[in-house]
Amino acid sequence: MLVFENIMLALSGLKANKTRSILTMLGIIIGIASVIAIMTIGTSLTQSVEHQMAEMGATNITLGIQQKRSEEEESDSGMMFNRGPWRKELTDDDYLTGEDLDDIVSHFSGEIEGVLKVNELGNSKLKNRNNTADIRVSGMNDRNLENEKLEMLAGRIFTSRDQEQKKKVILLSDRAVDDALKVSYEEALGQIVTVVRENKFYHYTLVGVYRYDDSNSMYSFSYDESTTAYIPILTSFNDAHTPERYSNLDLVCESSTNIDDLVTQIESYVNKRYYRNNKSFEASCYSMSSMVESYTSMLSSISLAISVIAGISLLVGGIGVMNIMLVSIQERTREIGTRKALGAKNSSIRMQFIVEAIVLCIVGGAIGIIIGIIAGYFATPLVDEEAEFFLPVNGIFLSVGFSVAVGVFFGYYPANKAAKMNPIDALRYE
Amino acid sequence: MEPIIDARGIIKRYYIGHPNELEILHGIDIKVYPGEFVAIVGASGSGKSTLMNILGVLDKPTEGTYYLDGVDVGESDDSELSAIRNQKIGFVFQTYNLISRQSALKNVELPMLYAGMKGRARFKRAKELMAMVGMEDRMYHNPDELSGGQKQRVAIARAMGNDPAMILADEPTGALDTKTGRMVMDIFHRLNEVHGKTIILITHSPELAEETQRILTLSDGLIVGEREGSGHAGI
Repeated sequence: MLVFENIMLALSGLKANKTRSILTMLGIIIGIASVIAIMTIGTSLTQSVEHQMAEMGATNITLGIQQKRSEEEESDSGMMFNRGPWRKELTDDDYLTGEDLDDIVSHFSGEIEGVLKVNELGNSKLKNRNNTADIRVSGMNDRNLENEKLEMLAGRIFTSRDQEQKKKVILLSDRAVDDALKVSYEEALGQIVTVVRENKFYHYTLVGVYRYDDSNSMYSFSYDESTTAYIPILTSFNDAHTPERYSNLDLVCESSTNIDDLVTQIESYVNKRYYRNNKSFEASCYSMSSMVESYTSMLSSISLAISVIAGISLLVGGIGVMNIMLVSIQERTREIGTRKALGAKNSSIRMQFIVEAIVLCIVGGAIGIIIGIIAGYFATPLVDEEAEFFLPVNGIFLSVGFSVAVGVFFGYYPANKAAKMNPIDALRYE
Repeated sequence: MEPIIDARGIIKRYYIGHPNELEILHGIDIKVYPGEFVAIVGASGSGKSTLMNILGVLDKPTEGTYYLDGVDVGESDDSELSAIRNQKIGFVFQTYNLISRQSALKNVELPMLYAGMKGRARFKRAKELMAMVGMEDRMYHNPDELSGGQKQRVAIARAMGNDPAMILADEPTGALDTKTGRMVMDIFHRLNEVHGKTIILITHSPELAEETQRILTLSDGLIVGEREGSGHAGI
């Protein structure tokens, strides 16, 4: 009851001294606003990155073939980047073959659930008399195609027979069909379509049409009209006249496995088995989760640094609150004396002024939270234009808690001073 | 009948143990019985304020015993003294001492608030008290919107908040003109006669003191005279 009365009293006091209250709260407002702004940006970035990463597969391990470190240093003569004429080309022996992969998967059978095989054949044209559509032909195995989460408008995706027998079948986007074939999707099914790539003609039977989704396209910002055309993975190697070979692919892990351990295990296994005698190349593994971790840890260390600065401004704000409380108590000495004469216990007086300090800090904190959220809302797209806005709920609770703590900490000393006032002196104070 | 105030051999010294040690009260005995209207008169410097502080439990005597409504004040700690002030004493000051940021009604509620009374009961009693002093139509005004006489009436209502054993009024009409001072004195008379409240009036005005039933004269820290007053206003 007394707490409620005290809160109302403190609020009326705030209203009575608006300018002074706002000036006092400024430190708290700036401190809390900067914490909230940073946290808003931080949460938004982290959430967006985690979201993106999860979509790409947090349980995936990427296995890639790269030039050996020592080799790079020799050939690069100490330069950091390795793109250039001195970079060695992968020879047939340097790739991982389909059999190699089968062996790796069976060796880690309990931990690897599937392999995402992809073979990009590159930009091509879908041709139908005078009509063309830009496409990118991509060979994929079933597991990878499943990952694409295609929404089929007509027909089907590949069967295992298509894959095993290297059938010349193709999946096209609705956009490619609209642009080049100009028939309904149902009618288009079963047609033999012509794909032109590097001046060579390839023919495939159209077995399915999927809905092209702009938002998933990695190229959506570069205004690329081309859509992906899927063919079975082995068909793609046939068309390219190369054996089944990979320099880069994703391994899908069982969700229960420890990804970080598995990354090092696979890397050492593949290197020992396939690249021990390879002078130029080695296998290298990394996982999305480790990238997410390093990203978030970087973000959090930046946040920490800025939070320290914000903490300092909160400290300064807290001292401001203490200062104004001391002044206010001095001014209200008579009031304190009167209250004591009317029977207020020391603890009641102490509570009254602590509550007043807390109210001052909470109101300041609330203003700071609002300013911080608004600032964060507008600043987030400046840092990363793809990041979505997320409300830093934890940060808000934390800030309210912090405001209360600042109020209690910096309000206690003045409040205690008030509580210990001698009622006689206080009553006689002019 | 048990006295409300039973003070014996009250001595008050300041700066004890220092070269400038100062004895203000030299041994005062006072007994005040329930329903009495007593005046303590004395020139400034006579120890009036010091005596009032002790009687009002704002201060403790250096020597002597003080029983207030049967409670030994000397044995009480800070928190108990607060409770005694809250329950047994109603203060009325020369300078009103209303809390300026709160409405008159809230001011009257204060002692009840500190006594832990619930909001609704507090509001009801405060309203009754405001009506008693004729201030019911200005309950929601802040003190700075009230005249001196109105403020003092609010202060009297506040003093009555917890129905105390006695009212301790320190120069209650000192800052008022004759007319409003008269009105305030009339309220005290009414409280004394109608409600049977024990009132101690501290004043330097012989005319006001004359209205009370008993007049104690304080001089240089000693009670030098005790006589009966008329007990009512006017002569």
